[in-house]
Amino acid sequence: MQSYKSKEKPQDSADLFSQRRVYTVSEITQEIKSILEGSFGTVWVEGEVSNVNLHLSGHCYFSLKDKGAVLPAAVFNYRNRDIKFKLENGLKVICFGKLDVYLPHGSYKLLVEKIEPKGIGSLQLALEQLKEKLGREGLFAPGHKRPLPYLPARIGIVTSMSGAAIKDILKVLERRFHDVELVISPAQVQGEVAKEDIVRAIQDLNDFNDRLPQAAKIEVMIVGRGGGSIEDLWAFNEEIVARAIYDSAIPVISAVGHERDWTIADLVSDVRAATPSQAAELAVPEKEELSRKIAGLLDDLDAGIGYALAGKEEVLCASMDKLRLLNPLARLDNYREKITGFASQVVVRMQHFLKLKQAALQEAASRLGALSPLNILGRGYSITFGLTDGKIIKDAAWVRIGDPIKTRLHKGEVVSYVKEANKNGGTKI
Amino acid sequence: MAEPKFEEVLKKLEKIVADLENGDLSLDEALKKYQEGIELARACNQRLDSAKKKIEVLLKNKKGDFELKSFTEGNVE
Repeated sequence: MQSYKSKEKPQDSADLFSQRRVYTVSEITQEIKSILEGSFGTVWVEGEVSNVNLHLSGHCYFSLKDKGAVLPAAVFNYRNRDIKFKLENGLKVICFGKLDVYLPHGSYKLLVEKIEPKGIGSLQLALEQLKEKLGREGLFAPGHKRPLPYLPARIGIVTSMSGAAIKDILKVLERRFHDVELVISPAQVQGEVAKEDIVRAIQDLNDFNDRLPQAAKIEVMIVGRGGGSIEDLWAFNEEIVARAIYDSAIPVISAVGHERDWTIADLVSDVRAATPSQAAELAVPEKEELSRKIAGLLDDLDAGIGYALAGKEEVLCASMDKLRLLNPLARLDNYREKITGFASQVVVRMQHFLKLKQAALQEAASRLGALSPLNILGRGYSITFGLTDGKIIKDAAWVRIGDPIKTRLHKGEVVSYVKEANKNGGTKI
Repeated sequence: MAEPKFEEVLKKLEKIVADLENGDLSLDEALKKYQEGIELARACNQRLDSAKKKIEVLLKNKKGDFELKSFTEGNVE
């Protein structure tokens, strides 16, 4: 039995081997390829993106997965495809393409032709992705936003010459501040070339501005267009436009579409206006209002100086009142009293002094009286004068006989004639 | 130094008015401020009056130089 068995077995196996179909690796793989590719053709596959790998060759490899399985996938020439959003891990997508078996690796993958985000439009997704990217880079940072000039010397405008925006802007400017200087840098704001054109127009304004003298600089620019579909406005969601706005040395007011339209340009601009008309309102103040304001300030100025003067007057009055209270005149009365006292003392002393002097005078006078020649006459002496010349005669030689002479006695006078004149004598008498 | 910006002049004027209304100034200062305020207001008005309406279109010629073309309403189609 055993031998039979052992005999039979190789026989069986020989049969098995003779009947079996042996493929080469290439054959079987090729077979799989044709079955796979033949039976599925092109398919739509839904899944979550993972393992995204953008290869240097320009192809993008990734996996589509769900809870139970993984499907390798690839997008050839990824960059050249019209995929608005960026393929990112975790994204739920629907891919359209065909299954492909790659013989050298014995692997299969989905060669993706079209790809759409699931549940959200691809434009919307692209917008979200770019928003996030630029946000991370700080393009929307409040710190980068510059204040708008109050009254710009010049205003730049980047928009289409044929659009509604330029008309709206001009209309508003005419109404608010019609004497304003505008420089329009025309750009297509719709279609394939729009993004590059807008970027160029923004840069043109900046380059041109560099050559302007300080006083004539463009101090703010409005970048925008009138309303339209999201596709119409799309240029304002492009990264290069966002960067051009961010890099603009001139502050930018974005004015894209209507109130409800928010574009990347709006996020990155210094100020977002809901509409082009509103942008114009933000760009310039109302001239009338400014004039009124200045007139008002002038009034305030007058009132202010009046107030300041009144204030000073008040202070002055108060000071004068205080001064009156502290008046030194009150003290003057004291002084006056003292002075009066001094004065009366002076009088008393003066009188006393005068009395003393009077007494002294009297004494002197009496002494003088004693010395008077008249008093000498009283003692019997007399004085003789020449009658003609009135000269006192002190020498007998001065007279000749017969000269009239006058003799003054103690009482009365005697007139006589010289009878004799003894020059050397007279002692006889 | 370029001529000061309108809003700077305006702000200065507002400050002067506020200072005057505050009344903490000496008489000399108050009068000086008043004088300055009048001049600033005059400058503001001058700036408003001197503004000229001018609309131009910036174009780049083939040599890459900028040209300003006068804008007429006819340009807007």
